[in-house]
Amino acid sequence: MLNYIYQLVSPGIFSVKYSDENFSEKVVVRPDYMAICHADQRYYMGHRDAKVLRKKLPMALIHECCGHVVYDGTDTYIPGQKVILIPNVPPTNKIEGIYENYGKGAHFLSSGYDGFMREFVIMSPDRMVKFEKIEMNIAAICEFVSVGVHAIRRLIKAGGKVDGNIGIWGDGSLAYVICCCLRELVPNAKICVIGKNTAKLSQFAFAHFTYMADSLPENFEVDSAFECAGGEGSFYAIEDIINYINPQGTVVLMGVSENKIPVNTRNLMEKGLVFIGSSRSGREDFLDAVNLMEDYKFQQRLCNIIIEDDAVKDINDIHRVFNTDLHTPFKTVFKWDI
Amino acid sequence: MIFGAIVAGGIGSRMGVSGIPKQFMNLGDKPIIIHTLEKFILCDKINYIYIGVHKDWTVYMDDLLDKYKIDKERIFIVKGGDDRNKTIMNIINGIEKKFGESDSHVIVTHDAVRPFVTLRIIQDNIDMAVSYGACDTAAPAIDTIVESNDGKIISSIPDRRKLYQGQTPQSFKMKKLKNLYENISESEKSILTDACKIFLLKNEPVYLVKGENSNIKITTIEDYKIAQAMVKGEKIEPNFN
Repeated sequence: MLNYIYQLVSPGIFSVKYSDENFSEKVVVRPDYMAICHADQRYYMGHRDAKVLRKKLPMALIHECCGHVVYDGTDTYIPGQKVILIPNVPPTNKIEGIYENYGKGAHFLSSGYDGFMREFVIMSPDRMVKFEKIEMNIAAICEFVSVGVHAIRRLIKAGGKVDGNIGIWGDGSLAYVICCCLRELVPNAKICVIGKNTAKLSQFAFAHFTYMADSLPENFEVDSAFECAGGEGSFYAIEDIINYINPQGTVVLMGVSENKIPVNTRNLMEKGLVFIGSSRSGREDFLDAVNLMEDYKFQQRLCNIIIEDDAVKDINDIHRVFNTDLHTPFKTVFKWDI
Repeated sequence: MIFGAIVAGGIGSRMGVSGIPKQFMNLGDKPIIIHTLEKFILCDKINYIYIGVHKDWTVYMDDLLDKYKIDKERIFIVKGGDDRNKTIMNIINGIEKKFGESDSHVIVTHDAVRPFVTLRIIQDNIDMAVSYGACDTAAPAIDTIVESNDGKIISSIPDRRKLYQGQTPQSFKMKKLKNLYENISESEKSILTDACKIFLLKNEPVYLVKGENSNIKITTIEDYKIAQAMVKGEKIEPNFN
């Protein structure tokens, strides 16, 4: 079968690759809905190092996607089954104790390998998770939710305190999803969101407390923290976290920055803090994310950060959704109808 | 029900490179017709797929299905006719023999030698044929089309904005297509180049489905080279000298 793969060949320029693919012993999924991640936007805009762009492009973007099975040569799914696609391709040699998303040799689709902007996606049955009770335009961001689930899993596994104050630094989509997941996964925690934009902070109606970063109370303290700022904001967020977190607290770093971030290691060491880097997610996180997302209330909260653009029917529409995403504060999702 | 009808009745090869009909030539690792068939297999709106093949090549076609491990549950091979429309009528007869006549049957006819058809085009065809009874896939004309009555002097240059290049699939309410075909004269049948013209001869509307420039028909050696380059992703350096 000649599959159409819509590759970014250089920033702002797409081209179609016609790929001769065999699918007889695989699962074939027709993508239905997709969501744009900051990482995709950075490739599209050319906001990556030139060396990285040269190495990774051409490449199909998008790693947040849901669709339906149109063929299954493995007899795992019935045609028509709705599925979330997992962009992480684990290494063949699994090492006990290492999560699949960190394994040496793991691949990530849309980072050096073609993402989901394709006519059909052909994968192994374990690289997708089925679902029923989630609207497709919400299911599109399941990968994003799974990243939040994974980060919380890491915090708990590291012994981080989850029945006290948990601080989330950031007021964007990632902070919002972490907040949603914390509410369900660690219900005894008091969630404090620290941001810079009052309009965005007002969306966090289900957080216990919200604060502007420049007016934190003097006696403010947290036991664990998530850094969800990213970019230049990472420096200020990490600085704040080190100042306000209690001794031996645990910090999960999640914001991506293109530049190196200075860290006050003296105070970090004096407090005996634990720092965890958390990125991407694996199959077990997707399964948990689907469980969370099948709850109506959880879906309704996610709706607040989803902006659905018109369907993508041709390459011009791909440019349109990336431009829409530049002007929206949260997640841009769209129907894939190309 | 929705039926795919892959028309592969020809035995000629204008390629000049192979003794086998062009639909059976390899593109990448598989025959062209297998690529085309696989796109139809992956369209879950299609209930069954019929392939119209010249009578001398039906066994070969069946062998290809086995070789490429195609599940035959949804697929039927029928003998082609003397021309494209007769092959389509043979397919319709085969369908009605097995599934009976029905006003709701829709047939999506497609050239075997257009393997770059997309799922979107097939689905749009189905939706349009179900809603309006007949549709044709077409892409806006790129070249200026000139008309000449004698082959020597241009008689007119039609407005390009109104011109499209016809592709396939062409899709129809099956019963209506059959009835219209049976009610045109033999002389009219002899000038038909495609199935949509049957509707136009009887003043029946045919709706447009947006085609793709990539949905090429592999007919000549040049087409074949272009298709091979598309699949292999070979860079073709433009040379305008």
